Amino acid sequence: MSDSRPSSTAGPDKGRFVIAFALAILSLVVGWDAWRLSGINTYSAVGPGAFPAIISAGLALLALANAVEAVREGAQERPRDEIGPMAWVLGGLIGQIVLLAFGAGFALATGWLFAATAKGFGRGPVWKHFLAGAVLCFVIYAVFAKGLQLALPAGPLERLI
Amino acid sequence: MDTFAALGQGIMVALQPMNLLFAFVGVMLGTAVGVLPGIGPALTVALLLPITFQLDPAGSLIMFAGIYYGGMYGGSTASILLNTPGESASIVTALEGNKMARAGRGGPALATAAIGSFVAGTIATIGLALIAPTVVDIAISFGPEDYFALMVLAFTTVSAAFGSSVTRGLTSLFIGLSLGLIGIDLQSGQARLSFGVPDLLDGVEVTTLAVALFAIGETLSVVAAGARADEIIEPVKGSVFMNREDWKRSWKPWLRGTFLGFPIGAMPAGGAEIPTFLSYALEKRLCKKPGEFGNGAIEGVAGPEAANNAAAAGVLVPLLTLGLPTSATAAIMLAGFQQYGMNPGPLLFATNPDLVWGLIASLFIANGMLLVLNLPLVGLWVRLLAIPRPWLYGGILVFATLGTLGANPSLVELGMLLLFGLLGYVLRRYDYPIAPVVVGLILGPLAEQQLRRALAISVGDPVVLFQSPVALTLYALSALALFGPLLFYVFTGRKAPVGSDED
Repeated sequence: MSDSRPSSTAGPDKGRFVIAFALAILSLVVGWDAWRLSGINTYSAVGPGAFPAIISAGLALLALANAVEAVREGAQERPRDEIGPMAWVLGGLIGQIVLLAFGAGFALATGWLFAATAKGFGRGPVWKHFLAGAVLCFVIYAVFAKGLQLALPAGPLERLI
Repeated sequence: MDTFAALGQGIMVALQPMNLLFAFVGVMLGTAVGVLPGIGPALTVALLLPITFQLDPAGSLIMFAGIYYGGMYGGSTASILLNTPGESASIVTALEGNKMARAGRGGPALATAAIGSFVAGTIATIGLALIAPTVVDIAISFGPEDYFALMVLAFTTVSAAFGSSVTRGLTSLFIGLSLGLIGIDLQSGQARLSFGVPDLLDGVEVTTLAVALFAIGETLSVVAAGARADEIIEPVKGSVFMNREDWKRSWKPWLRGTFLGFPIGAMPAGGAEIPTFLSYALEKRLCKKPGEFGNGAIEGVAGPEAANNAAAAGVLVPLLTLGLPTSATAAIMLAGFQQYGMNPGPLLFATNPDLVWGLIASLFIANGMLLVLNLPLVGLWVRLLAIPRPWLYGGILVFATLGTLGANPSLVELGMLLLFGLLGYVLRRYDYPIAPVVVGLILGPLAEQQLRRALAISVGDPVVLFQSPVALTLYALSALALFGPLLFYVFTGRKAPVGSDED
């Protein structure tokens, strides 16, 4: 969903270099796993390591191709991304996992996610959205866990019903 | 006549009161979620998949069909009124449709999109019912090496058709293929790339990946854009009904769009955007008032929207008959089948004819329901568009995590959702397409299975892969898909038109 076509300037595209590098690492990891699997005797014509080996080779080629394109297309002018709002959304997602890990239950944890996301999009205050979100998620929990038998994590609030 | 008997049987299944209810719920949910800005049919289906877990297979697949078609309708409403196509196949609709809405002709634009979708969907579904048995007959004679070649073709076309360059498409595809390796290898019982994490032994869930890439990745992109991405909703002024001239100008583009969309969608080349672009170009050339194009020509909405829907039905041909998903939405639908232990393909027509034909029949019903529901309810859908973005995206994330937790209540799963969400953000930021990742994840293991089956029969001799004429033809087509854009560039000196973005 990029809204503007990036224009090129001098120098290689650093972002795509990083992607090429990440692909190379992924290729090594997959290749290493394929090598590990090839050592295991499985009594079949093609073992579990064959397909990963092909993919590892493909990833290595793509790492190269991405690096070449990064140089050929040059650095791209991309609109600046705002870190603050992103941090709120990521904080919401991470906070939800942490809260669930401590047994806070679906409603409280997901209420926090809702509040943090809303804050990231510029709407506060956080505590009001947290309350509203928790109530909303409690209702969702009631509908889905009781009505549709989905196994959602329960906390002190959820055990009340 | 067999087809009609089977279809008749299917209609009986689809007309059972419970199944009608499922179709209705699916259509309403699909439209409601699809109309939300930035949410295309792929995400709609992925978000709503967990809700169908507890239903019986027939009911849930029928609901699915409703969600699929509903999501398509909803998506076109969002593109016309908001100029935010939720999927690339709606880009062209947004082009003219939003101009019409700005000129105060939003009503007729929505109407021609809705009726065009109905016409295209109905004709294309008839096409699906007629073609499917023939494809099944051919497919039944395919050996594993032919299937493997078919999947290679799907891989290459999916990567070449999406994204701004073939390298980018293939990169996305291989990320998906790598993710598909994770988990226990079913033939040897060996764990691959699971690093001792028990949650990884079952592999990566398609729904988790799709929801993460589409919902979390999209949310991160939008929030990072900040005030850059402000949207204006065009109010629907005047009548939603089309006048005589609108009808006269619409019906031919509907039909032309359908006949462009269905065959292209039905080929394993996949993708709904190519026919929409072709249809737009065609209507522009045939239009008696070419000056109107770019300023809100109704043909530019009617044709592409029909092409889009016909292609969406066409995509079901390879999905149902060959088990071959050629779009992100189809990949998620395949996951929906798999959750009931069913694999779409020629065998499904033999083992579960009621279910397959019930599904096809319910496509007709869903289509009819949409036509009846959508225009009168347009006011309701417009109100959904007006949800403030902080609440909208807060809600999207709530439902994304709800779906993931509902499918697998584990924190590792939520962690993967977060990681893949970041992946989705990076892919978007650097213009890598999303759909090949999802297709690679689901099709990779299937391709490996066929490859190993073929090689097991030949006792490891790879020559078997290149012996059957069917396989050779398919490889030739794959090569054409990969190098076609390059040849196009060499011969004409212009870049080949390619679609972009997800779905």
